[in-house]
Amino acid sequence: MTYTGLPASVEAIRRVREDPHRLGHRAHGPEEPVAGAGHGETGPARKRIIVGYGFWIYLLSDIVLFSCFFAAFAVLRGATAGGPTISQIVDIPRVAIETTALLLSSYTCMLSFAATNARSRLWTQIFLLITGFLGLVFVLLELQEFIELAARGITPQVSGMLTSFFGLVGLHGLHVTLGGLWLATMLAQVQVKGFRPEIVHRLICFNLFWHALDIVWIGIFTIVYLLGSLT
Amino acid sequence: MLGKLDLSAIPLSQPIPLITSFVVILIAVAVLILITAKGWWPYLWHEWITSVDHKRIGVMYCLLGVVMLIRGFADAIMMRTHQALAIDAPGYLPPEHYDQVFTAHGTIMILFGAMPLVLGFMNFLVPLQLGVRDVAFPTFNSVGFWLTASGALLVNVSLFVGEFARTGWLPYPPLSETTYTPGVGVDYYLWAVQISGVGTLITGINIVTTVLKMRCPGMSFLRMPVFCWTALASCMLIVATFPILSATLAMLTLDRYLGWHYFTNTAGGNPMMFVNLVWAWGHPEVYILVLPAFGIFSEIFSTFSGKPLFGYRSMVAATLFICIVSMMVWLHHFFTMGAGPAVNTFFGISSSIIAVGTGVKIYNWIFTMYGGRVRFEVPMLWSMGFIFTFIIGGLTGVLLAIPPADFVTHNSMFLVAHFHNVIIGGVVFGIFAGLEFWFPKAFGFRLHEGWGKVAFWFAFIGFWVTFTPLYVLGLLGMTRRLQHINIEAWRPWLYISVIGVGILILGVISQVMQLVVSIRDRETLRDVTGDPWDGRSLEWATPSPPPFFNFAVMPNVEGEEAYWGIKLRAVETQQLSPEPKYEPIHMPVNSPVGFFTAFFTTVFGFAMVWYIWWLASVALVAAFVGFVVFAWRDIHEFEVPIEQVASVDRARRAAREALLEKLTRQEVLP
Repeated sequence: MTYTGLPASVEAIRRVREDPHRLGHRAHGPEEPVAGAGHGETGPARKRIIVGYGFWIYLLSDIVLFSCFFAAFAVLRGATAGGPTISQIVDIPRVAIETTALLLSSYTCMLSFAATNARSRLWTQIFLLITGFLGLVFVLLELQEFIELAARGITPQVSGMLTSFFGLVGLHGLHVTLGGLWLATMLAQVQVKGFRPEIVHRLICFNLFWHALDIVWIGIFTIVYLLGSLT
Repeated sequence: MLGKLDLSAIPLSQPIPLITSFVVILIAVAVLILITAKGWWPYLWHEWITSVDHKRIGVMYCLLGVVMLIRGFADAIMMRTHQALAIDAPGYLPPEHYDQVFTAHGTIMILFGAMPLVLGFMNFLVPLQLGVRDVAFPTFNSVGFWLTASGALLVNVSLFVGEFARTGWLPYPPLSETTYTPGVGVDYYLWAVQISGVGTLITGINIVTTVLKMRCPGMSFLRMPVFCWTALASCMLIVATFPILSATLAMLTLDRYLGWHYFTNTAGGNPMMFVNLVWAWGHPEVYILVLPAFGIFSEIFSTFSGKPLFGYRSMVAATLFICIVSMMVWLHHFFTMGAGPAVNTFFGISSSIIAVGTGVKIYNWIFTMYGGRVRFEVPMLWSMGFIFTFIIGGLTGVLLAIPPADFVTHNSMFLVAHFHNVIIGGVVFGIFAGLEFWFPKAFGFRLHEGWGKVAFWFAFIGFWVTFTPLYVLGLLGMTRRLQHINIEAWRPWLYISVIGVGILILGVISQVMQLVVSIRDRETLRDVTGDPWDGRSLEWATPSPPPFFNFAVMPNVEGEEAYWGIKLRAVETQQLSPEPKYEPIHMPVNSPVGFFTAFFTTVFGFAMVWYIWWLASVALVAAFVGFVVFAWRDIHEFEVPIEQVASVDRARRAAREALLEKLTRQEVLP
């Protein structure tokens, strides 16, 4: 396909139409299995479906990983051991900026993939760069938060609550950082290799990863920061 | 420069690990010299180490598992003989060494013996049974295997550089925290299990995707062999619970390395949280092991009874029932925690209910044999031994599931006897049955039947002589993991148990003999047909061993028991299906990325254990660079030319013609 330019939302809609799963569009009840999607008796799915599906399964396992750290936070939330409580350490204005940056990065990430579907290398790269920049803003703000807390003597070594707080937020930060490394690699790959099938497959997976991190962050933002600021 | 590592890490004062490591190093060097002298490196590198063929990876998994089973068995021999010698006497293992032995025994048997074998079976069989050419992610498959091997290597390194954990196979805090266990033993455990756990997760994702998205045409879910169903259920459990293990170990690692307070008993840490988390993985883990074994038995019972499996759909339902309920029973491992009667009641009931699913399966297997033409070959012996053994083990499990009874038997030898009863009777018997059953498929010749029967009877009798006394000891009040014993009444039972271990050693020797004799007589034991047992699922439609592309033309399945249907039709019409139109096949190219990743993670794990921070960083960067280099490659697949596909398949068809003639003559089929 040649350059189609923006608005890419048109391409996004086309992609949904072509999606054999027709997520959100499928009528309930029995219907014919779709060839190439690995349904029923139709034989193996196409590579693109297999890669995306496998990555979804990985994401589920990653969500389980996060859920353990959420559970640890829930258990240890009151275990302050004479140290600060959660309401004394959350800084809502900064976290609001962090959240905005991350949610916006998800939007630009989706735009980059719409551009990928339109086979526009330029716009794919531009939106990936913006995504990476917003991710960097998020990570740096989080780092600033941790450094400021440490300067006040608030470290994971102080109490069970702080351990679980730094563990959960830090695990997410680590994921975003690794996602950034992946993003940088993808930038180089798209530039050098163009939209070969395996590169597009990797972009699909990267998109899923980035959005999943957003979903996890919404959980952290709500449970750790918003509910934490209430008490 | 070298962190905590210095010469004192070599256990010069302890003769047992010293001599063992000396012998192991000697054997390893001898093997390396042999390979170099014979010029086998290119073959090993191209055909095995960098292979992404699911069958090769499956075989390597099984090899790793068998080696580690023997290592774990050596630990078991030491424990049983030490206890028999430690009644009012010092025994021969000092406490700090004895504690390492029982920790290593549990860790190795479950995570580095049974797990690789089970994963090996799934890798080898699932694509063959589904009629496809590979798993969903062949290169990741290789990475997964090598990560498991990396973990196993770290455990073995701990034998002669440093020490292993002394905390039991699940390192309960606060004992496992630095305050109480400052040495490197727990760190070896943490990194070895963490690394191999990631490998297992990769394989789990791979198999789930393969079963759900890569079945040959016509292979709907309810036409899959039961082994594929159990592999799916087992791998769904891997995906759902191995991250819990990763998270729990990561938290303990943070506690130990950075002084955090997840599980400490100071500063608000919560040790019981570790116990809850680790068993939320640990209990599903035993079903991860036993469900594929159930699948193996299902295949064997129907093959050697000459009948379709009784109650196929109820078998599938029972498998999925067990898969789900297995995640709701973890608290029965610590009823004594004091969670209160309501919580204990819930978990007591759920633990009893899970026996219903297993009961359904047991009846199905028995009814499969009923009215069938049962052939008492070696795999069938293991399977029938399993039914008997597993029922007893299951019943003692239901006893333990009753909280008041558990308060009496908690952490006793009764518990030890129970879980060995289900794990050996279920998983290990299943593994041996499966090795016997699919060995000709993997290597092209059968195992010697006589030695196989001898091995079975030694193992079966040896098992009961070893573990029945442990039930009695438990009821007499003996707790587990005792290094010193001062109660005279326990003496006869401990002695009987050692006699049982002696019989089990004979069983192991018989199995080694069976392998040696079979390799010697391989020409007479050769399987030329590809269908040595009169099989029923698609793996038996391939030659033994199968070509690397499995199927020249993807089969088209038209009912349950796909291969049995093909065979019946051939006998009825007295001819094979017409020769298909061959097409070139695309197969993934080999890749060393798995090997290199595992190399760097081994270095990373070792460096972390000994606090060699620079080396750990170098290894991490190298692993990342390796991945980018791998991602940069341009050629992912190669083409198998039509001529090669056709010639392989024509040879297979010739063998099938001969088989058809034989089947018709013998009237094996109705």
